[in-house]
Amino acid sequence: MKVITVHRAFGPAVEGEAVLSEEGFSPRYDLDRWTGVITKPGHKLEGTSIVDKICFFPTAKGGIAAGWAFYDIKWKKIAPKAFIFGVTNPVMVQGAIFAGIPITEGWSPHPREVLKTGDRVRVDPANRVIELIR
Amino acid sequence: MELTREEQSILGGDRGEAARRALQYQIEVGRFWGARRFVPVSNVHMMGDIEVMGDGGLAYLQEQAARGARCVVGTTTNARCMDFAHCEHLGQDAVEAKKERELIAALQRMDVATTDTCINYQTVYQPHLGEHVAWGDTGTVIYANSVFGARSNFESGPAALAAALTGRTPEYGFHLSENRRGTFSVELKSALNDLADWGAVGKLVGESHQNYYAVPVFHGYRRAPTADELKHLGAALASYGSMGMFHFVGVTPEAPSVEAAMGGVSSFEKIVIDEERIEQTLNGYSLGDGDARLVVFSGPQQSLFEMKQLASLFRDRTVKAGSTCVVTTNSAVLRQARDLGYAGTLEKAGVTILQGVCFYILQNLSPMREKNRWTNMVSNSAKIVNIIGAHRFNTILRRTKDCVDIACSGVLI
Repeated sequence: MKVITVHRAFGPAVEGEAVLSEEGFSPRYDLDRWTGVITKPGHKLEGTSIVDKICFFPTAKGGIAAGWAFYDIKWKKIAPKAFIFGVTNPVMVQGAIFAGIPITEGWSPHPREVLKTGDRVRVDPANRVIELIR
Repeated sequence: MELTREEQSILGGDRGEAARRALQYQIEVGRFWGARRFVPVSNVHMMGDIEVMGDGGLAYLQEQAARGARCVVGTTTNARCMDFAHCEHLGQDAVEAKKERELIAALQRMDVATTDTCINYQTVYQPHLGEHVAWGDTGTVIYANSVFGARSNFESGPAALAAALTGRTPEYGFHLSENRRGTFSVELKSALNDLADWGAVGKLVGESHQNYYAVPVFHGYRRAPTADELKHLGAALASYGSMGMFHFVGVTPEAPSVEAAMGGVSSFEKIVIDEERIEQTLNGYSLGDGDARLVVFSGPQQSLFEMKQLASLFRDRTVKAGSTCVVTTNSAVLRQARDLGYAGTLEKAGVTILQGVCFYILQNLSPMREKNRWTNMVSNSAKIVNIIGAHRFNTILRRTKDCVDIACSGVLI
């Protein structure tokens, strides 16, 4: 059971399929907010659905409008199960907490050292750990 | 978090269910960032329109209004996605327009002043040094922190609305002095005679230092910049770099010197922006297929003096047949621009003036682009050139006079 420690965290524990990105994320710039698929041309996850996934992004992109976007995708039932950020910003955190989506910041070791896309993981915000469960 | 007696009382429901929920939410945000307490805020600026909020956000607003939500400090709204006078000819959805009206009504029931402007700092409210506020969009926050020396984080719509209902915000980020020190210096050795040049500085500095907590310290500039120049600099830094603050030695209140702005730290990165780098930036845009039929002055909305300059450049000229030139501003500026004749001059030239909106958040923008077969968008704003990419425009930054020439000739330069 490989474990990643995160520095800050919010939300209930969740399990799901990991999606690892080498590129940052904005729900406004990168995501089709009607399908939950990353559609920005050239994004490293272009064509990937984040619906019900546990999404690992190194950074957060975008401005204030992202704050309502998480609630919007949760309302449309196309939200991911959790956002795991290397470095995030206040807007992402405000938005995820408002939508009730677990979110974490900071990681050790780097997820790519212990995980790959498709792995099943468990995010435990209360204990600030992410475990590989299969 | 440490809660005052008043905060405990809000949490106990003494100010109603809407305020209780708002404070509970703010406590979670504060906990995430390790905030020890709340700070009172005296002004709130929030983003809220149907394009960014969707049906879920509208339902939430209506629920909060029904729970008796009321702002306890002055609260204004950011630019929105529709100018109702232009919805039809822009091809915006009538159904979404109806929702936008319901959304505005819900905000007004909560005592929000729907000013619909992203230049509140130029036209509505100017906080003083050290004043805590809860503002969004990013351009308003960086102006508040930097030029006024006020204190705000990027407060997204739900967070700003919560602050409006409770009158406070968690103390983290730019509310704390230790996060307001400069982290690197930028010597300005360029003339910077146009707003596009200031935006180009913001692009160069922001793109290379993307970090909310990176705080550039500008110095060495030959004169005092104007409010509009600082606005374009800040908007571009926030857009390209996600930055929330800068210092400008001798200009902004927390930067009497480089040393003071750096908070006594003597070892830091130093960069120089000279004429060549500005020209390289402006010359670095792909002209795509050469389409020159869309010129936009927006993002941020135009101030009165920007309107005056545009009127002077468009006087006795006409937007090329088949081309579209859009200017966005707020109702206060537009009213004065009408009284002073600037708006009349622009409209006579064939310019479309939209009120209370920003071009890049217009509802239905992608279908609008397809219907008009626009491929390029030309602007003097580095911010809008950056953020409109999601709508699949190829964007080109040009100086103000060049933008006007392009609008009137239909030819890229």
